[in-house]
Amino acid sequence: MRRHAGFTLATVVLALMTLAALAPGLLTGGDPGGADALKALEGPSADHWFGTDANGRDVFTRIVYGAGPSLLAGLGATALAVVAGTALGLLAALGGRVLDELVMRLVEVVLALPTLLLALLVITVTGPGTVNVILAIALYTAPGYARLVRAQTMVIKRAGFVEAAVSLGLSRGRIIWRHVLPNAFEPLLVLATIEVGTALVAAASLSYLGLGPQPPAPEWGAMLSAGRDYFSVAWWIAVFPGVAITLTVLSITVAGRRLQRRVA
Amino acid sequence: MIRRLLTRLGASALVLWGAVTVSFTALHLTPGNVVDVLIGSSIVTPEVRAQIIADYGLDRPLPVQYVTYLGRVVRGDLGQSYQLHEPVVTAIGAQLGPSLQLAGSALLVAVTVSVTLAVLTARRSRWIQVVELVGVSIPTFWTAILLLTVFSFQLGWFPAVGADGFAGLVLPVIAVSIPITTLLTQMMRENLELVLEEPFVLTARSRGLSDLGVRLRHALRHVLVPAVTLLGWVIGLLVGAMVAVEQIFSRQGLGQLTLSAVTGKDLPVVMGVVLFTAVLYVVVNIVVDLLYLVIDPRLRSAA
Repeated sequence: MRRHAGFTLATVVLALMTLAALAPGLLTGGDPGGADALKALEGPSADHWFGTDANGRDVFTRIVYGAGPSLLAGLGATALAVVAGTALGLLAALGGRVLDELVMRLVEVVLALPTLLLALLVITVTGPGTVNVILAIALYTAPGYARLVRAQTMVIKRAGFVEAAVSLGLSRGRIIWRHVLPNAFEPLLVLATIEVGTALVAAASLSYLGLGPQPPAPEWGAMLSAGRDYFSVAWWIAVFPGVAITLTVLSITVAGRRLQRRVA
Repeated sequence: MIRRLLTRLGASALVLWGAVTVSFTALHLTPGNVVDVLIGSSIVTPEVRAQIIADYGLDRPLPVQYVTYLGRVVRGDLGQSYQLHEPVVTAIGAQLGPSLQLAGSALLVAVTVSVTLAVLTARRSRWIQVVELVGVSIPTFWTAILLLTVFSFQLGWFPAVGADGFAGLVLPVIAVSIPITTLLTQMMRENLELVLEEPFVLTARSRGLSDLGVRLRHALRHVLVPAVTLLGWVIGLLVGAMVAVEQIFSRQGLGQLTLSAVTGKDLPVVMGVVLFTAVLYVVVNIVVDLLYLVIDPRLRSAA
């Protein structure tokens, strides 16, 4: 029963975050860029639920508007990694032994290197920015999906229905698309759901380090980064964006684990 | 055993070779002239420029450049940071002390706390699962910010800045060790719950051993093997966590070095840190293999 309550709560949080990402104007009437020097660093009050930052901007409004870019980074990186990883996994499983060895060794090497360092290496090369952060995270998460898809495909390709499809003379692409992929989809979806949370944290960390969206963008990690000099006098700047990140990730993990249990 | 060792060495060499190749690829994928990429935003004389071209073999075909680079890395030459005006190896060496201190302490705390928690909570309490869930979800950089805000700025218990002494180490160590502690606790607790179902546990209990005695003397050893396996991976986690934590607590160290290199586009240093971590990963995994023998006597007889 308690597990059920956790899942319900997680769904509510995720629904709210999605609403904030798609239509921030519905949740707040404020302007995320509306600076007002006279109202700088005010604590939480009825007017400003989460206080104001050093430029007098409403922290609650910026968190609501920050949901979009923050969720986008996590979802974007995961989507990109799933697509790239699936392609690599299929290549390894169906492309013959040499290709299989090559791809899987590559996957092993990337999985052995520290994830954040790889991301930092990519960003040194590409420069900072939202798209580059997504690319960097996708690069080191893709191998995990490649490994999963390869393992799944290895099993599926020996199944009777694939043999039947081959003997019916269906094209290779059609067999992969209609018969192999749908059967590999469920475990892929479970892994991806849980990994969205991890990707979101990674993106927020990189933003915090000043390598993601640049100010004045209202992204959660970037908000913490911009408020850094004021943590000693205004705790609310340090607390609320982090709460938003943690709540979102927590909800994604809870939802993902439930999905995992249902599939398993 | 010999076979095992050879496989392990082969895999290690592969990881190192992969890291070198990734670095080399990064260098050549970076837009712009390779010399300009290497010097980043610093200004150098034509002589230095000519020296870089000679060092990296930039006037020769790409495969030759690759072999040149590989050869230099094998000899322990990670290149030169033109922004810090020193070899990358020297720069890493200078920052290693504070980082090892932080990483070592964090690892010690993580192992002690997670073993204690796992032994005490396995099959006994459910709240630990909620703690684990929060522990894996909370971003390390935010934990660090929270600790800093509450214990340094609000309460004034610990210094907010610097690496001096024990007091300055407490908050960074807590921040770095939380994700590792949670992961290790979760893994050991789940394994312990399975192990406690084993017949030998019942045998030990029937000999009159206390519940805690069974857990410590018999069950714990079984969950240490999979936990030790994670160690190599934990190193990666540590290095990642340190980048943000060192920055937040204004500590010297590898993380700070890396971060300033990334913002300053000092590619040789970033490449150097990646290679250095790959070596660390390989060394830790060899240590892990030796630890297996210490933990599990059955593996010794196979040797």
